[in-house]
Amino acid sequence: MAGILALVEHRQGTLRDITFETLACGRLLAQQLGESLTGVILAENPDEFAEQLKSHAHRLILVNSPVFKNFNAECYQEALSQIIRSENPTIVLMGHSAFGMDLAPSLATSLSIPLMTDCLAVDFHDGILKVTRQMYDGKLNARVKLRKHPSYLLTLRSGTFTDDQAQLNAEIVNLDLALAGEPDYRRFIEYIEPVVGEIDITKSDVVVGVGRGIKEKENIALVEDFAKAIGGVVGCTRPIVDAEWLPKDRQIGSSGKTIKPKLYIAVGVSGAFQHVAGMKGAETIIAINKDPNAPIFNEADYGIVDDLFKVLPVLKEKISEIKG
Amino acid sequence: MNIIVCIKRVPQTADADVRVDSSGKDIERQRLSFDMNEADIYALEEAVIFKEKFGGNVTAISLGGPDAEETLRIALAKGADNAVRIKAEELGEIDAYKTAQLLALAIKSKPYDVIFSGCMATDDAYSQVGVILAELLGIPHATLVTKVEAQEGKAHVYRELEGGLLEHLEMALPAVITVQTGINVPRYASLIAIRRAASKQIETIGKDEISDTSLTLNAEIEELFTPPVTKRAEIIEGDAEEVSTRVATIIKEKGLI
Repeated sequence: MAGILALVEHRQGTLRDITFETLACGRLLAQQLGESLTGVILAENPDEFAEQLKSHAHRLILVNSPVFKNFNAECYQEALSQIIRSENPTIVLMGHSAFGMDLAPSLATSLSIPLMTDCLAVDFHDGILKVTRQMYDGKLNARVKLRKHPSYLLTLRSGTFTDDQAQLNAEIVNLDLALAGEPDYRRFIEYIEPVVGEIDITKSDVVVGVGRGIKEKENIALVEDFAKAIGGVVGCTRPIVDAEWLPKDRQIGSSGKTIKPKLYIAVGVSGAFQHVAGMKGAETIIAINKDPNAPIFNEADYGIVDDLFKVLPVLKEKISEIKG
Repeated sequence: MNIIVCIKRVPQTADADVRVDSSGKDIERQRLSFDMNEADIYALEEAVIFKEKFGGNVTAISLGGPDAEETLRIALAKGADNAVRIKAEELGEIDAYKTAQLLALAIKSKPYDVIFSGCMATDDAYSQVGVILAELLGIPHATLVTKVEAQEGKAHVYRELEGGLLEHLEMALPAVITVQTGINVPRYASLIAIRRAASKQIETIGKDEISDTSLTLNAEIEELFTPPVTKRAEIIEGDAEEVSTRVATIIKEKGLI
């Protein structure tokens, strides 16, 4: 039987947002193709997740096993391979998340299914599957055609598909699979929570974000000074943490903190989507960058196209004045 | 310990103006600079750290055109012992799946205890090659790794998940480990090392060596285009004094501070 299959992602007992987005994309495709959407829940005691997702799919397949309490790509691959072989879905969907990235390429390879990752849009007509995705640091979009095949596997970028509050009533299918259990060659040990630092950037109304444009470690002090003057704290992009110019707890983005301040000032930040994911909830965004084509200007409310080293000292003075 | 690291030469596009060429399927490359993919720089460093800790040798391998040899020489200068180039110019269209198949063919005949690669290349952003390679070689993998502690035949690896949560795994070696940026502090190559690397032999593998004709291509780029803009910032014009005054006024009027 055909249909759309969507993997339910959960972590530490909670459904991930990407699950609802993946199911939303699945419903769109199911409607277009006149097929049904099946959500696959691999979990220990999946009933509670099923309750939360009942209105989001036509059908939910539940596999109950303690090996799915925590994520292990090997265990997921073993179960999903069996399900995909028996369901023969037209399209299998999962998030382009830390789980999806670890699972999708090996699953697709073992089943000889064409895979495309980090999809922003999916177009399926006359048996031909095309997706839209980004390349070259997000500077360009690509339309990619996949090799014609009865099944495809796609991973979806988070924050792209919006949950539209579906009102379905899923048929629940409890599946009993023969599973080998967690293999010796890859064992889940534990999750380790991120280190909590002195300053919690998620608690501040004003955050100044610094990116690669700051050029030197010594220049970070300039931004610290600016943030202090305007009553804010300093956050940053991943490259700044990678270079060890600021600690990990200052990182804003998908693998760092998600912030929702009243004011976010991006200083020398290009606007990679991983960073944007962590700050797009800010009430007002102001960006300073000398590159007029920097993607950050597609996210900001106000933009200054200029050298940050020229603007920052003057801006500090002017904001200090209005603060009084 | 026999250590393999997969690296890629990519255009440096983060701060560049990237334009589509006349074919509509590729970019204008003339005005761009090229260097080792960012995550691969960290993967190479991790490979060299392993060699320093456990002994053995590092083989850097790259699928690319003749220019990729320049990037392989950087790897040699930074501590790799051997370099292998798979000649992309002889192998037609390339995608993530075909890249992994070619790497698997090249690696299969070599001894290895661990294989490193970057977790993503900044040009095509697939994040597929390392994991497919592991599946084709029949060994385990872990992606987005920010810490590795290896012992005899096994390794404790730490994967970085959303929100900075770490996933701690125990794995058997050999395995493929795809490295996230920030795992270490990559070294610079010394001038002496660069000079020495210039004369080293680079092994090449092309269509004469790759007998397998069943290579599959999964994806084909039909079109590249500028992403549609849904929102655009109001650009504040003027000199530093003028823009600063205007921004301060906006902040005051909106009561943001």
